[in-house]
Amino acid sequence: MKFAIQVNEGPYQHQASDTAFQFAKAAIENGHEIMRVFFYHDGVNNASSFTLPPQDDRHVVNNWASLNIKDADGEPELVVCVAAALRRGMLDESEASKNSIEGNNLHPAFRISGLGQLIEAGIQSDRLVVFGD
Amino acid sequence: MLHTVNKSSFERNSLQSCVNIIDDTSVILFIEDGVINAANNSKSSMIADLAAAGRVFALQGDVEARGISSKLADNIKLVDYAGFVDLVVEHGTAVSWV
Repeated sequence: MKFAIQVNEGPYQHQASDTAFQFAKAAIENGHEIMRVFFYHDGVNNASSFTLPPQDDRHVVNNWASLNIKDADGEPELVVCVAAALRRGMLDESEASKNSIEGNNLHPAFRISGLGQLIEAGIQSDRLVVFGD
Repeated sequence: MLHTVNKSSFERNSLQSCVNIIDDTSVILFIEDGVINAANNSKSSMIADLAAAGRVFALQGDVEARGISSKLADNIKLVDYAGFVDLVVEHGTAVSWV
């Protein structure tokens, strides 16, 4: 079955992103497809490549990246809402240069896009599961 | 329909809101702090009938993490994450009460 997941909370503050990750992992292990994970609101913080937890703690960002969720062309399907990302200082190379900001922090396993991607995921998947707090 | 509840009834009214509108075929899954609702406590009567009908589940890892494995209310069914996935597959639309 084709799943889409929405994550509305950032890592380490709420359990939502941990639960969402464990759910996604279990779905894949049981033969299902995760067609997209959409990170909305504070959920965009799950995509920061500057995340450096202590070595004995789980690495939420790398955990998401390890699921290797991509489309048929190899494009990441870990999608970060653009408006939520920009207002929280989450930038990829293109958004940084467009706004004349030095540096960028979007992990390469993720991509920035618009809210239409969430609507599309809701339409194209068999199930959309929301994790928030 | 699958209703997930991730807050304790001692913190929010989301479980009561869910129980108020749930139809005859839907089920409830407690996750995160929602598993407090699976413990035998002063609010257990809210879900007693649904549980007796086999329609109340709780995520085992979250139950164990909060030390309430031995204090569960009657007829609560425990599931792991694979069981969570199965519930979503089986029950169609998933509604998240937060």
